[in-house]
Amino acid sequence: MAGPVQGPVAAVNCADKVWLSAPYGSAVARLRGVGLRYGRVVALAAINLDMPEGRLIGLIGPDGVGKSSLLSLIAGARCLQAGTIEVLGGSMADPAHQRKTAPRIAFMPQGLGRNLYAALSVFENVDFFGRLFGQTRSERTRRIEALLEGTGLAAFAHRRAGTLSGGMKQKLGLCCALIHDPDLLILDEPTTGIDPLSRRQFWVLLASIRAARPDMSVLVSTAYMEEAAQFDFLVAMNSGKILASGTMDALLGQTRTASLEAAFITLLGKNRVDGHPFSGIPARATKADEVAIEARDLSKQFGDFVAVDHVSFRIQRGEIFGFLGSNGCGKTTTMKMLTGLMPASGGEAFLFGHKVSASDLNMRRRVGYMSQGFSLYTELTVRQNLALHARLFGAPRNVVAARVEEMARRFDLANVMDILPDTLPLGRRQRLSLAVALIHHPELLILDEPTSGVDPIARDDFWGILVELARRDGVTIFISTHFMNEAERCDRISFMHAGRVLVADAPASLIADRGVATLEEAFISYLKDTVVTQEEHGQTMPLSTAPKWPTSTSVRTKTPEPRQSFLRPSRVFSYTHREALELWRDPVRAALALAGSVILLLVLGYGMSFDVEHLSFAVLDQDQSIASQSYALNIAGSRYFVERAPITTPAQADRRMRSGRLALAIEIPPGFGRDIARGRNVEISALVDGAMPARAETVIGYLQALHAEWLTRHAARGRVPVSGGARIETRFRYNPGVKSIVAMVPADIPLLLMLIPAVLAALSVVREKELGSIVNFYVTPVTRLEFLLGKQVPYIVLAMANFLLLTLVAVVAFGVPLKGSFLALATASLLYVTDTTAFGLLMSTFTRSQIAALFGTAIITILPAVEFSGMINPVTSLTGVGALIGRIYPTAYYLTITRGVFAKGLGFTDLWIFFLPLLLAGPLLLGLSVLLLKKQAS
Amino acid sequence: MRPANIMHLGVKELRSMLRDPILVAFMVYALTAAIYAGASFMSGTLNRAALAIVNEDHSPLSLRIEEAFHAPYFLPPRLISASQIDRRLDTGADTFVLDIPPNFQRDVLAGRRPEVQLNVDATNISQALAGSNDIQAIVHQEVQAFAARHQSTARPPVDLALRVRFNPTLDQSWFGAVMELINNVNLLAVVLPGAALIRERERGTLEHLLAMPVTSFEIMTAKLWSMGVVVLVGCALSLAFVVQGLLRVPSQGSVILFLVGAGMFLFAATSMGMALGTVAHTMPQFGLLLMLVIIPLEILSGGVTPRESMPAFVRDLMMVAPTTHFVLLAQAILYRGAGISIVWPQFVALTVIGAALFSFALMRFRRALAATT
Repeated sequence: MAGPVQGPVAAVNCADKVWLSAPYGSAVARLRGVGLRYGRVVALAAINLDMPEGRLIGLIGPDGVGKSSLLSLIAGARCLQAGTIEVLGGSMADPAHQRKTAPRIAFMPQGLGRNLYAALSVFENVDFFGRLFGQTRSERTRRIEALLEGTGLAAFAHRRAGTLSGGMKQKLGLCCALIHDPDLLILDEPTTGIDPLSRRQFWVLLASIRAARPDMSVLVSTAYMEEAAQFDFLVAMNSGKILASGTMDALLGQTRTASLEAAFITLLGKNRVDGHPFSGIPARATKADEVAIEARDLSKQFGDFVAVDHVSFRIQRGEIFGFLGSNGCGKTTTMKMLTGLMPASGGEAFLFGHKVSASDLNMRRRVGYMSQGFSLYTELTVRQNLALHARLFGAPRNVVAARVEEMARRFDLANVMDILPDTLPLGRRQRLSLAVALIHHPELLILDEPTSGVDPIARDDFWGILVELARRDGVTIFISTHFMNEAERCDRISFMHAGRVLVADAPASLIADRGVATLEEAFISYLKDTVVTQEEHGQTMPLSTAPKWPTSTSVRTKTPEPRQSFLRPSRVFSYTHREALELWRDPVRAALALAGSVILLLVLGYGMSFDVEHLSFAVLDQDQSIASQSYALNIAGSRYFVERAPITTPAQADRRMRSGRLALAIEIPPGFGRDIARGRNVEISALVDGAMPARAETVIGYLQALHAEWLTRHAARGRVPVSGGARIETRFRYNPGVKSIVAMVPADIPLLLMLIPAVLAALSVVREKELGSIVNFYVTPVTRLEFLLGKQVPYIVLAMANFLLLTLVAVVAFGVPLKGSFLALATASLLYVTDTTAFGLLMSTFTRSQIAALFGTAIITILPAVEFSGMINPVTSLTGVGALIGRIYPTAYYLTITRGVFAKGLGFTDLWIFFLPLLLAGPLLLGLSVLLLKKQAS
Repeated sequence: MRPANIMHLGVKELRSMLRDPILVAFMVYALTAAIYAGASFMSGTLNRAALAIVNEDHSPLSLRIEEAFHAPYFLPPRLISASQIDRRLDTGADTFVLDIPPNFQRDVLAGRRPEVQLNVDATNISQALAGSNDIQAIVHQEVQAFAARHQSTARPPVDLALRVRFNPTLDQSWFGAVMELINNVNLLAVVLPGAALIRERERGTLEHLLAMPVTSFEIMTAKLWSMGVVVLVGCALSLAFVVQGLLRVPSQGSVILFLVGAGMFLFAATSMGMALGTVAHTMPQFGLLLMLVIIPLEILSGGVTPRESMPAFVRDLMMVAPTTHFVLLAQAILYRGAGISIVWPQFVALTVIGAALFSFALMRFRRALAATT
């Protein structure tokens, strides 16, 4: 390869200047010295690039070279670290420009439907984006109708996005991106993981959109070279740098190659073309008639849906058998049934003549399985992943290291052994996955779309290994794929559609059978035969109707330039509406939130009682006189104490107290009665269990009162001289019966209205971060305040419903009278739940995973709400940090109001001062969240 | 079943946990700062109680009563007028208002037994009960002592010698520290396995495991022992360095015995977390379910309010919860110095409950696996 590289190398090395050669006038995006690093890893190194306006621009290159990073920087979804990016005539580092241009840019991130909302219908998803861009209802309806019609999704308008196939999800993503007529459309690997048919439809659709809107610039990244060949302008990337850019012809001329694939390999230079370049498949030597896999009428049903419908086939030992079919046609389900991961609803499967059974561990040792999306442990290093699998397959201790080394050598992983898999490019990760599946030397490999999203070179390397395994080691390989050139390499291929195997034969025979030129045409031809019946079931997109795009100006009315504003009610409402819909669609969550708080109130109300009664006590009576017995009786007769069997020895008293069976032990000395009668000083000792200080204090208080009472009564009988003294009249206000329920139920409501709304609000934001739809917030004109407010409103409404329910339970079930102003209570509650939901939003700004948000919110809210807000002990009792927390935590103020209204019969006039902190806390917490929330990924 | 698989899978869990720094940070917080805060800033029942006095007498005796209320039990009493009583109680400014009538001292000395009125805000229930008894006793004592000097009456001939076992000064932080530790250990033990299960299911690695020669029993047991060991080690370190070290809470009994009990509790609690993880489909659902389980466990297990004061059916029902037995054995061993001869019933109960929860979790786990893949 030395020859052709000579010239282009110069072009590669001065890639900096490549942009100068861009033969177009104005640029939609200008990048100068753009750099990006994740920790120590350099993702982009000083990129200079001009992208021409009004063109279809392709970004090509292997995985992990920085394509996605570059696109998200241009879209404004990611924070710029170094250099400048000008998009649509302004700098993306300037927040004002970014806000202004956001409505002109549309960004569809990588991953099938990653920015869509699975619980929402097709229509609702597009509608949400329309609202974000401030379109009126009539305008939205008109646009959505046109878009869905044009993409062939109109028949599925009310289907949930989560149930769509991959191809349909990408089309829906495109609809969402196009709702506001963007001038720059950015698509990150829109066709990865999509079946050939849907892919073809996608490009036809995009072509018709561009025909209708010739001014629009489209920026696409792809791993499919045959797709890239259709683009107007290409940018080839590798390791964070731009290798070359220009038209396809320019690139071919530069590299003196005939195909884009060859041109790209040339541009990469020699260092990339290592490993096992793919060079044809040797014919199968032995035709041993041993069957490795056999499926007989295998079926799987999920409810009404038939995923796999009477599938039968046989795979010979040492054969490479391929599965090709549209997304969601049942390939994965069939493979799972063959591995025993999923029980079949009907039919039978055999591996090496044995019936497949989930409990057959020995069979699993003969099979290697690589599931879709490479399920590696991302928290373990490459070496740890390999070693774990070797051990789990029962490799003896001394063999494990050797096996790991063997795999590292064979799959060229030796230099990445101590790295986490997530930081590897997809191609490397895929090889690791295969290494993991092979570490126990299986006789059969089941590979579920192992090459999805992997670049062509890495795919060829991968196939080199597969061929070696099949031909040299005689491993049977069962593989599913979306790539036609991979399907052609299989010994036999089966076409699958809607749960049925249409045909299975050698690729050449299939092409010959249909009298067509390519395998793709053969596939489509077979598909058309069956699809007519499928359309009636509404299971797939109609094939017969090619996607159309309205060329009329109906969609082309320009969205009015939105006013610059931090708070537009329509955008707030778009998020509120969507969040409410999601809540509505997940009734388990709403029901748990409402019923859960009622159950908790019942538990807390009945269970958490301070009416300390039934305290166990026992007496060591060494006197046994009338006086001593009357003393003991006086205690036993009160409602607080229950007398247990008398104590016989001091050691026994000790033992019984240690076991927790006695709260109080009384010792009456010998000669007690006689000494009292003679007026001598006597002493009764009381031993109190101090393990629970609160209980001990109550015991001491009761005992002192009973002691005094006994003295008075004794004095009245003239036995003990006592002074007149004073009487104390204790009046328990507000709660004359001193009932715990009356005091505690109004105090439990603030705790519950803190915990549940805060957790739900925090999860609502972090969930978007984890699932990826947060990117819609990054790239649309929604401000941080609008986003947070929009998220908050549904949870305020839910919390108010909670409040009404809790109040009802308090009054009806517990019989706690609501003596004061309900209006005051409801107003305070509205302010308080605004605070608590805002607190949840604040927690969400610095947590990234749902588990951390959940655990963190729980542990940070429970302690102050229970201990420092006056629920159990008044805030005045606290000192130091506890007192400080008690004073700034809104629960303390709300608690005063709930108790004031419920028990003390108060209203606005008495309590207005406590409303002020509640009124202030909400905006304060929300403001803090706005400051901490990032409008771009960092 | 192969013990080696359980070991290897457990080590994998430990490695995963270490890679989630925010989670580790929250765990450290829960076992250090949260316990310190819970113990040292928490007040006792009768600590700095807000008391106001309406002194309509202004005699030496009434002044003497004013001065009898002092820290740490009472804030310095505020002197207010009779007209302020309702307002101050309404807003919660004071929990107690003592009203000493005019001519109080004269009436006491004349043996007319005048009446002092004590108004209590009974919505602050715990303080209301303990405080009103205490205030009565103090007033009585002061009146008696004052009268004794003026009437030469002998002091009351029957003394009550009160001794408090195990925690002589009734230091609330002793109690708060250990109970906070138990609550957070409980929370961690339930959260970690459940969340780990949901995460593994979301990432698809669970299904991947099932294609290997490992059983669901091995997968589950591996999660339980690894999470259990982490929490147990955390518990031991927290007990040694935070509870006994920083907060200087003495332990009366054998720490080893307590840790053995904690280990048995963790077996039951992690099984419970696992079972919850199989019931919930998403993290928000798990979160709500968690609240629904954790709060009753914390509040009704006897760690916040005494079990005696709960209704009988709640008390009986809570005997099924592992936390109750853990609280019982922790209090007995750490506060009262009980040995195995006293706490063996709790150990038996934890074994039975643990076995039941484990079997239930395993059944649910197997069923969930069949449903998800």
